[in-house]
Amino acid sequence: MGLGTYIIRRLLLLIPILIGVSIIIFAITEFFDPYARASLYVDPTKVRDWPAVFQKYGLLDPVYVRYFRWITEVLHGNLGYSQENRMFVLKALMSKFPASAEIAIFSTPLTILLGIYLGVKSAVHRDKVVDHITRVVAIIGWSLPTFWSAIILLSVFYGGFGLFPPGRLGSAAEDFISRGTRAGTYTVYTGLNTFDGLLNGQLWITWDALIHLFLPCVNLTIVQIALLIRVMRSSMLEELNKGYITTARAKGLAQNEVINKHARRNALIPTLTLSGLLIAGMMTGVVITETVFHIDGVGSAAARAAIRVDIPFVLGFAMFTGIVFVLANLIVDILYAYVDPRIRLG
Amino acid sequence: MTDFKSKLAEFKAARQPTIKELKFIFTRIKKSPLSIMGSAIIIFYAALAILAPVLAPPVPPPMGKTDPFIVWKDLNIPPLERMLPRPPSPTHPFGTTEESYDLYYGCIWGTITAFKVGLMVIVLSLIIGLVTGAIAGYYGGIVDEVLMRFTDMVIAVPGLVLCMALVVALPPQFVINLGFTQLSIELTKLDRVLLALVLVGWPSYTRVIRGEILKVREEDYVEAARAAGCSDFRVMIKHILPNTIYPILIMASLDTGAIVLTAAALSFLGIGAPPGYADWGQLISLSRNYIYGDIGNPAGNWWVWLIPGLFIFTFVLGWNLLGDAFRDILDPTLRRR
Repeated sequence: MGLGTYIIRRLLLLIPILIGVSIIIFAITEFFDPYARASLYVDPTKVRDWPAVFQKYGLLDPVYVRYFRWITEVLHGNLGYSQENRMFVLKALMSKFPASAEIAIFSTPLTILLGIYLGVKSAVHRDKVVDHITRVVAIIGWSLPTFWSAIILLSVFYGGFGLFPPGRLGSAAEDFISRGTRAGTYTVYTGLNTFDGLLNGQLWITWDALIHLFLPCVNLTIVQIALLIRVMRSSMLEELNKGYITTARAKGLAQNEVINKHARRNALIPTLTLSGLLIAGMMTGVVITETVFHIDGVGSAAARAAIRVDIPFVLGFAMFTGIVFVLANLIVDILYAYVDPRIRLG
Repeated sequence: MTDFKSKLAEFKAARQPTIKELKFIFTRIKKSPLSIMGSAIIIFYAALAILAPVLAPPVPPPMGKTDPFIVWKDLNIPPLERMLPRPPSPTHPFGTTEESYDLYYGCIWGTITAFKVGLMVIVLSLIIGLVTGAIAGYYGGIVDEVLMRFTDMVIAVPGLVLCMALVVALPPQFVINLGFTQLSIELTKLDRVLLALVLVGWPSYTRVIRGEILKVREEDYVEAARAAGCSDFRVMIKHILPNTIYPILIMASLDTGAIVLTAAALSFLGIGAPPGYADWGQLISLSRNYIYGDIGNPAGNWWVWLIPGLFIFTFVLGWNLLGDAFRDILDPTLRRR
């Protein structure tokens, strides 16, 4: 099977999984009474005639009829109205997405590169001091509550030294952006402050955004990296014991060449399968990190919505993470098939 | 007496392999420093949980509540100062939190909550996982297909997010109509968290158990047991399960820590245990407004987040160390090297 066929086959498999996600989300709404369910379609505070609404959206119909009606609405982009955000769920998700994406964009490479580096280091120096320290750090990171490490970071760096404030931007930068957009001198291209700052030639805004991003990214990395280090270490150890490594050493290759060009490349393959777990961890991590650091992204909005029982937003967020997770896994699978031909040929 | 002795000897002889195995496991545990540390932490917390009524005796109303899991408030503090946390003092060994809840009492009784959440969720998920996994793995076919597709669906949404949605969605009261009578089940906030964690957690057990059963199903000894006329149930309980249980126990031990973390995160976000309940995550969420300390005194209110956080962290660390050690000790493919 060629790579093209593999991708097509994988894309077709995506459909039942997405249907599955939608069924799970819909099943959750079955816990509610019809009044709460109505908020998936309309703004309940503006409803005067409840029977008419029940009639219009058929809220008293059998389950499967309601599922098909709901999924049609979802496919048309209507995820319901969010009381907490005072706008439709899809719009709220879109407006808050850049803040979350920015954290993910900066913390993912940090986690992956540092995790691979430490995992390899630990395996190469097995049972030496470096290895022991790395393993202890990994198991500590694995056991740390995300919100607690976030609080510690904030308290020490911001509370203690006044560095790295919470939020997305300082007040000066926010003022500048809001005045600039009204006057037409500043354009919001992506919603990512770091890139917008660059594109508008306002480097200080990029710098300000980076300073605010530093602690959230470090926090996500600390919590996520443990898993990566562990898997990278064990798969590296496995590779180092294989015959081709002995051959490479026997023909006189330098240690660096053996590790970087031979062992590490092969050890990376099992680590790729882990990416799915990392992405899931990233999304849950984002909910908590955003909440502690006062970043107005999808995660903290979902947490607020959950406290206020804003059902449409919570479900919309669950749907959103489900879809992102499934798509990310798809990309990982395709990468995997690309890197390791045995997958698509087997 | 001699009768008893001979019976004991007989029992010992019959159980020789099991005893030998247990001894082997025990010596391995003694040799690994990490597993000793893990066990020590868990034993320490178990002792805290059992001795909670002695270490932190419940305070009678009006300061406390009749439910010992509600943390008592110090009403001797003047009303205007009650909102602010107070540093550790003889009456409050760990200080007080916002709204003057006693932190020491909350942390000690929180140990019971942590065990309750971790163990109950694991045991319930494990039971559901064992039953469904066994059915799927042993019978295969359409049942297997349906169950596996269902677990796919649940696993396709990240755990904490699904838990959040479920905790919000679960009603405080379930009414089950049995025809002749109505059964109504009250769910407290904590029950809803437990239920959500179980609903999200069991599919991964089902999958692992199914996989393990598929591995041993075709083994000769299972075939032999069937040929000897054992019922499906007996083959399952006596022959298949004992050979698949170790990987599942390792997973459960590592998972206990993760579940306590998720429950704490839910409490921290404000959708887990109610305010005032003895739960570590909830106690930390009370510290949200006091993270930065005061002006000129940055680490001002350190106790409100540091102490309950240390409790969660070390508890989870203990389970993780134990799970890691179990993996090395119990996994038959790794251990005799």
